[in-house]
Amino acid sequence: MLDLIQKMLGKEAGSKQIAKERLRLVLVHDRVNVSPQFMELLKEDMIKVISNYMEINEREMEVNLTQTNSSVALVASIPVNRMKRGTVPVE
Amino acid sequence: MGEVIVITSGKGGVGKTTTTANIGTGFALQGKKVVLVDADIGLRNLDVVMGLENRIVYDLVDVTDGNCRLKQALIRDKRYDTLYLLPAAQTRDKNAVNPEQMKLLCKELAEDFDYVLIDCPAGIEQGFRNAIAGADRAVIVTTPEVSAVRDADRIIGLLEAEGKHNPKLIVNRIRPNMVKKGEMMDIDDIIEILAVDLLGIIPEDEYIVISTNRGEPAVVNPASTASNAYKNIVRRLSGENVPFISFESDSGIMSRIKRLFGFGE
Ligand SMILES: Nc1ncnc2c1ncn2[C@@H]1O[C@H](COP(=O)(O)OP(=O)(O)O)[C@@H](O)[C@H]1O
Ligand SMILES: [Mg+2]
Repeated sequence: MLDLIQKMLGKEAGSKQIAKERLRLVLVHDRVNVSPQFMELLKEDMIKVISNYMEINEREMEVNLTQTNSSVALVASIPVNRMKRGTVPVE
Repeated sequence: MGEVIVITSGKGGVGKTTTTANIGTGFALQGKKVVLVDADIGLRNLDVVMGLENRIVYDLVDVTDGNCRLKQALIRDKRYDTLYLLPAAQTRDKNAVNPEQMKLLCKELAEDFDYVLIDCPAGIEQGFRNAIAGADRAVIVTTPEVSAVRDADRIIGLLEAEGKHNPKLIVNRIRPNMVKKGEMMDIDDIIEILAVDLLGIIPEDEYIVISTNRGEPAVVNPASTASNAYKNIVRRLSGENVPFISFESDSGIMSRIKRLFGFGE
């Protein structure tokens, strides 16, 4: 029985699934017509702003457009090294 | 007034020319008057697929340049006398024709023929713009591969921008066995991603190679598995409601679960 289930799960993870995911992602970018340079500029600006508040790992930072159902979302993963002290604006 | 249909894809080698030849021949089998226009200037192909390469005297650019009358450049098919071909020029000049000239040409052809089928070159440059210029409808050919579907998506966007709405999709070279194994995207996946209407599903078929060798479109041969698929496409294009052939009906997760339960009992 376990074998059977595994075989089925294995089936589901065929290269078709990979193809679909890759296609989805590449089309999100194609459709909004965003160039890699555009994303790079956005990333640099984000770094500038965020750096006022915390020290981040720029090398590991990832900014991507993804699609959730029918809408496009900007998803950023930004590892924080440490918070900056005393720079948090106070009222 | 006939209908002008462009067969396009973005990516090369996905089956535009093969599809044009077979759909055109399929229309002729129905007794329709049809002309195939090879718009792939510089890379003439459709003549060979149709087996008419030895009969060419004038070509498309001869017509648009005024070197001959349109009727003189049309080649009648060997087997079907309502089927004609307007061959591409072999010139290297990309700008030998412009979209305005193509519009006029299509209009003139549509006065005489029930269907004018345009075989579009690969790419999104001048050749593409020429090919779509005079079209009333667009048919997009893709294969179940990431690169081909991606290019199809791009073409859908460009067609939209040119005011050509609701293109119909043909998925070519489907291999049911691979789909079954989950190693090839299936029709539902592609349709969902591209969000267009399906016009047809053509299986991978060895007979396409044989028929291209012979210069006789596969649609006329009942031994070809693709033949039926082409015939259904022709019927759908002429407005008939033809159910889709299901090459693979039990690949869905639900039926797999059902089978699992069936097994456990
Ligand atoms: N359904 C199919 N099964 C097998 N081979 C095919 C099929 N459709 C197209 N081909 C082959 O693929 C190649 C490219 O087809 P072609 O029609 O010339 O593509 P395009 O015009 O889009 O460049 C040709 O060698 C053709 O015989
Ligand atoms: Mg071609």
